[in-house]
This record gives sequence, C-alpha cells and structure tokens, in this order.
Amino acid sequence: MTAPVTDEPRFLTYPGARRPDRHRWVDSYGVRLHVCEWGDASGPPLFLVHGGSDFAGTFDVFAPLLADAGWRVISWDHRGHGDSDHAALYSWDADVRDALSVLDATTPDAVPVVAHSKGGGMMLQLAEALPYRLSKLVVIDGLPSRDPAPDVSDHEHRRFTQKTLADWLDHRRAAHINLRKPGTLEELARRRKRMNPRLPDDWLRYLVTIGARRDPDGWRWKLDPAIRFGGFGPWSPEWSLQRLKELRVPLLGLTATVEEEMGWGTNHRALLPYLPPRAEIIPFENTGHFIHIEHPHRVAELVLEFLR
Amino acid sequence: MTVFLQHNRVRLALHTLRSGDGPRLLLLHALGDRSPERLPAEFEPWPGAVFALDFTGHGSSSVPAGGGYTAEVLMGDADVALAAIGPATVVGRGLGGYIALLLAGARPAQVRGIAVLDGAGLAGGGDTPGPAVVRGVPGALSAPDPFALVELGSDLRPRPYVRRFAELAVEASKMADPIAVCARQRPAWLEAVLEVPGVVEEPLEAALRRFALAG
Repeated sequence: MTAPVTDEPRFLTYPGARRPDRHRWVDSYGVRLHVCEWGDASGPPLFLVHGGSDFAGTFDVFAPLLADAGWRVISWDHRGHGDSDHAALYSWDADVRDALSVLDATTPDAVPVVAHSKGGGMMLQLAEALPYRLSKLVVIDGLPSRDPAPDVSDHEHRRFTQKTLADWLDHRRAAHINLRKPGTLEELARRRKRMNPRLPDDWLRYLVTIGARRDPDGWRWKLDPAIRFGGFGPWSPEWSLQRLKELRVPLLGLTATVEEEMGWGTNHRALLPYLPPRAEIIPFENTGHFIHIEHPHRVAELVLEFLR
Repeated sequence: MTVFLQHNRVRLALHTLRSGDGPRLLLLHALGDRSPERLPAEFEPWPGAVFALDFTGHGSSSVPAGGGYTAEVLMGDADVALAAIGPATVVGRGLGGYIALLLAGARPAQVRGIAVLDGAGLAGGGDTPGPAVVRGVPGALSAPDPFALVELGSDLRPRPYVRRFAELAVEASKMADPIAVCARQRPAWLEAVLEVPGVVEEPLEAALRRFALAG
C-alpha cells in the first residue's frame, strides 16, 4: 500500500474521499490480491469491482456513501493493478477466478455486487457461471455492446494487422525490462487525464497518491507495465450479448451517454432485446464512462434503492 | 544444451537439440508435453541447427502462480525463442502447431515456414464459448501446470480469427506455400485455415525439404 506522502500533502485529500477502513490480502492460487473495506465490519457485505487499468482506490468517494448507509463495502485490486501482485499471466478467466477467490475469502453467501466497466463484464460471467453466488448485480457502463470494449485487453480486432501483432510481440519481448515512465505527480495526473478527460484535475492528482508509487526518479503508476491497453484475441461482443439474455440475477445497468476513449459505447436501446427479465437500464445524460465518479451521490442513491 | 530466456516473469527453457550452421528449425511441443531430450528421428534429415522450446508452465520453464494462460501469450513465448535463434522454420505438435500458425501470421519475415503436426491441444475450444465456468485448479506449481492444461485445452479458436493469421502469414511470406498441415486431425479452425491459398496438406518430410531450401 502506498506509503504516506509527506511533502505533497495537499493531494492527499479530496472532498468526500475516504481511504478504506481496513486492508487485507487474499491469496488467489498464489497471486496475492489487495483487498480493502469501508464501513462497519459487521455490516452486510457489498462488493465493488473496478475496471481495466483502475484500482480499488478509485472508489474512495463512492464506497463511503454506501458504507455510511450500513454496508460493509469490499473491493480489491485486480492482479497487476494497484497493490496486488504483478502476475506472470493475465487473462479474462484469471480475473474472474480471482474475483471468486475474494468473494469466497469473505463469505459463502450470495452477495450484491456493483461493477464498473470491464469489472461489469467479469461479473456478468460470474453471475452466469455461479448464479447462486450473487444476489443482485449493478453494472456501471460495462454492459456488453456491439462495439469493442477498449479496456478489455483480449478483445478481437477483427481486422488486426501484421503491425498490431508485431507491436504486441515487441512489447512482450521487452516486458521483463519495461518500467512505467516516471514523472512528477502533476505529469502522472495529466497522463491519466487523457484516459479520463471528464474527471476533475484534483481527483486525478489524488488518485496518483494511491495508484502510483514514488521511486527515487519520480512517480510511477503501480499498474504492471506488462498490461497493455487494448489488444487482440478471440472475443466477440455478440457472445456476451447472447448470454445476457439468460442472466438470472436481478440486474441494474447504468449507461454513459458521452463517448470516451475508455467507454464501452453501450447503446442502451440496442441493448433492450438482450436484457434478461426484470433488468433495469438507466442512461445518464451528459455523463461519461465514470458515472459513479461524476455523480457519486446519485449513483449511490440508485444502488441503495436497488439493494433495498 | 539448454539456455533460459526471459518472457515477462517467466523463465523459458530453450534446448539446442543439434547445433550447427544452416537453416534453423524450432520445435514446439504439444499441450502438457515438453521438448524432446534428443533430436527425434523425423528431424534427422534437417540440414541445420534444431532447437526446442518449453512453453510457460511446461518442461523446464517456470510455472507461474494463478494461471491466466492464453494462446497469444504462448505465441509470445515462441517469439522470444525466435528472437534468440533468428529466422527459423517452426514445427509444432498439437497446441504447438496452433502457436506456430499464430507466430507465422505475426512474424512472417522471421518464420520461414511452419508444419502443423497432430498432438494434444490441437483442437482447442471451438468457435464460441460453451457454458460459463469458473475454473480454479489447486496449483501443484509443477510442470505441466494444471492451469495450462485447463485453460489452453479449451481456449477459443474462432475460424475468422485463426484464418486471419494464416492470411497474414501467406501475404508476407517469401515462400510459395509457407504453411504445411501434416496433421490428420481436422478441428474447425484448421479446416478454415486450409481454405487459404498458400496452406497445403503435405507430409512432414516433404515440408521440411521445402523449408530447408528457404534457408
């Protein structure tokens, strides 16, 4: 976990943000995952799942709103993200398996889950594979769409080129010596702004103090440099759409309406024919991919109402 | 002789089965298998050096914790070996044959030709996902990694996806027919690959003769 940063104190806080009340570790078949919790430890568990390239600390504003309503809010850094181990291998299935390890280490009971972006896709798969494990599912801009999802590292570029492949292999050849580019806290916040253009600068600076570490030559995001944004691999949005129909867990979907690089570009009207019975979709007007960060109170209210 | 190559956090074992000048041959083993200890008889006629790679989680390569195997990462394994030995003909059994095809599409200038042989893991998991399952394997952390057997034994190989690799390989290759299918198994992806001009059905012996001439 990030050591206290003494000389950049003004970014250690953000209005409404609260660091987790507890931290612990879960072993997922030899990969150590960093788990954090907000709220009363004896409250009913509620899980939050972050998206690709993110980390549990991105819930520092949203999670306390749920914790203050009585929930024991639990999130974890996916392998290679945040303070969890950098693994040798990364795959969609491994992420879903790790998720189950965290759930199993917490409770054997069915639990509600709120998942953002790629985390939503992961939880839809978990809900299909083990429907008895989830009681309710909220997906924040992570429902399948015909358009490719950019934070899923192994989606199919149908017409990937030889250059795409060679670039990826070049990256793999150098992965053991690659380091993330160091920079000042400001520089890291600016880099993240390119992926999160709608989020406040102070919020991104705050995230640096959690999601990055300070080396002698500057700040570096903790995200494993072996993990690459985008990629290729056999995957089709059609598969997820077809499977959505069979979902048995009550589903609330929040969708963004402003396209962003990280966004899933989900067209909620196109999604309607695939929705399982009793699913509810709420589009957020004039809102980007990080709906829970742009509108933490409104999203928390909707989630609490849905879980009631 | 065995050297170890680094692929991200995995240490890969690359065995030299025969050293020497001339065209290079790289052997890729089947799923759950490992490189042969000695040069197998069918490769005796090859006029140059012969290497064999142990994939991640197999043979003398390291076994990572927690699984997460994909065919694409194994293509990265084979590419790291290619970087170490230089341009080569690649022959793969089973899963290794599939990986050879991916590598030929991604590195057509460095892969002279490939031969796909029968063996474990040639079929893969088909075109589309089956029922969702979350597969945990109590890790023995010894090779072959049970995660590798489970994950690579069922990884999806949609025909248009795999076919694209064959097209890329043929487009950029200097060889007339750079992909030789010597296997008798015919999973759907391999049928699709066989429709690409430049992919031929051929005995291993004949394929090796052609590829050796390419240097």
